[in-house]
Amino acid sequence: MADSERQGLRAILAVAVIAVCAAGLISVSHRISAERIERNVAERILRSLHEVLDPSLYDNDLVGTQVWAIDPDLLGTTDPVQVFLATRNGEPAAAIFAAVAPRGYNGAINLLVGVDAAGVIQGVRVTDHRETPGLGDQIEIAISDWVTGFDGTSLSDPPLPQWAVAADGGRFDAFTGATVTPRAVVQAVRDTLVYFNGHQAELFERAAAAEDVETNPESSGANPP
Amino acid sequence: MSEAAGNNTAMSGAGSLFADGFWRNNAAFVQLLGICPLLAITTTLVNGLALGIATTLVLIATNSVVSLIRGALVPSVRILIFVLIIASLVTTVDMLTNAFFHDLYRVLGLFIPLIITNCTILAQAESVASRHRIDHAALSGLATGLGFAAALVMLGGLREIVGSGTLFSGMEFLLGEALRGVYLNLPYDGMLAAILPPGAFFGLAILIAARNYFADRKKTNPSRREEAAVRP
Repeated sequence: MADSERQGLRAILAVAVIAVCAAGLISVSHRISAERIERNVAERILRSLHEVLDPSLYDNDLVGTQVWAIDPDLLGTTDPVQVFLATRNGEPAAAIFAAVAPRGYNGAINLLVGVDAAGVIQGVRVTDHRETPGLGDQIEIAISDWVTGFDGTSLSDPPLPQWAVAADGGRFDAFTGATVTPRAVVQAVRDTLVYFNGHQAELFERAAAAEDVETNPESSGANPP
Repeated sequence: MSEAAGNNTAMSGAGSLFADGFWRNNAAFVQLLGICPLLAITTTLVNGLALGIATTLVLIATNSVVSLIRGALVPSVRILIFVLIIASLVTTVDMLTNAFFHDLYRVLGLFIPLIITNCTILAQAESVASRHRIDHAALSGLATGLGFAAALVMLGGLREIVGSGTLFSGMEFLLGEALRGVYLNLPYDGMLAAILPPGAFFGLAILIAARNYFADRKKTNPSRREEAAVRP
């Protein structure tokens, strides 16, 4: 009895010592890496934002100027969508939407859509998707330059009815074997433009108002559902 | 007792220990352990290589640590202790990769934390590291890790060639931006199936069959007797 009790105590002690050592190791490596990880993430965000917006077009702290927009119909998700606002000499220059194309072949497709103040697309990139490799994944810039076809387009060019893939009578090409994926992306970019068209002033006002205040997705919904 | 046995075969021991982990008991091809990351990550050679390196580092570290504390191990909670050690070391590798190889981390993403679930590592801790000196344990970890990495590289290379018609793409994630765009582009567009999950199973099956073929051919050689004598 006493023997098994001693065994049990030894087991508890061994696990406790190992657990403390493990926690110590993790806390040390966290200390070493946390700051670098944070910097990496911020750099990565900025790098991807620069893919859809020429850095010479703005002069503010882009990553730091964010608001949240809620519009399930136009922005493709019931969640708040992150919007980065670029200004130049204090004037609105462009906005970058982390929009969602909800009707991909394999679920939602995450996009970055850069629109300048005149409503012209500066760039579109796909940040995350689960489309079929070899077919739908041509929306990735690493695989094909299809998304660059949006550059320079706006709601008037092409006219709204032609904001569709060629198969639907629109101006945008689809890929061989995959129509659903490009269709979803084209619709999402178009809807983002429509949203931006209707909310541009409000977005920039909110960003200016929230300059010193922490942005909070709860309190800044544009269109409460 | 294991010390004495270790000393007796000290010279041939290291070589045979290595051959055991790398070839005879290859984690992926013979023991079929760690199949989850093996199948999931091997869409390119570089992905396979990166996960192979990470797994090897973790294996050497966990085997060494387990071997060092084997005297204090309590049998009833040993598995718990192994898992604690493995999990904390993998978490460390995860954070350091995120901090210092950020682009690579984005590719391997989920699979570095999943190294924790690689049964090879637990099997090594249980059957080798907790019973042998640290040098033996570390060498076994190295051999097993390299064997696993070789399997990942071969399967990744095979699937990349057949599936995408490229080889070594993504080298910039491992070796820096200078190598972006430097890869073999074969005059062939690739067969999608090899990149999709079924391709992983087919590729693994082909490689296991090839390994068995070579292993069998070796057995019919005269050297077979030697092998038989070592392992009666």
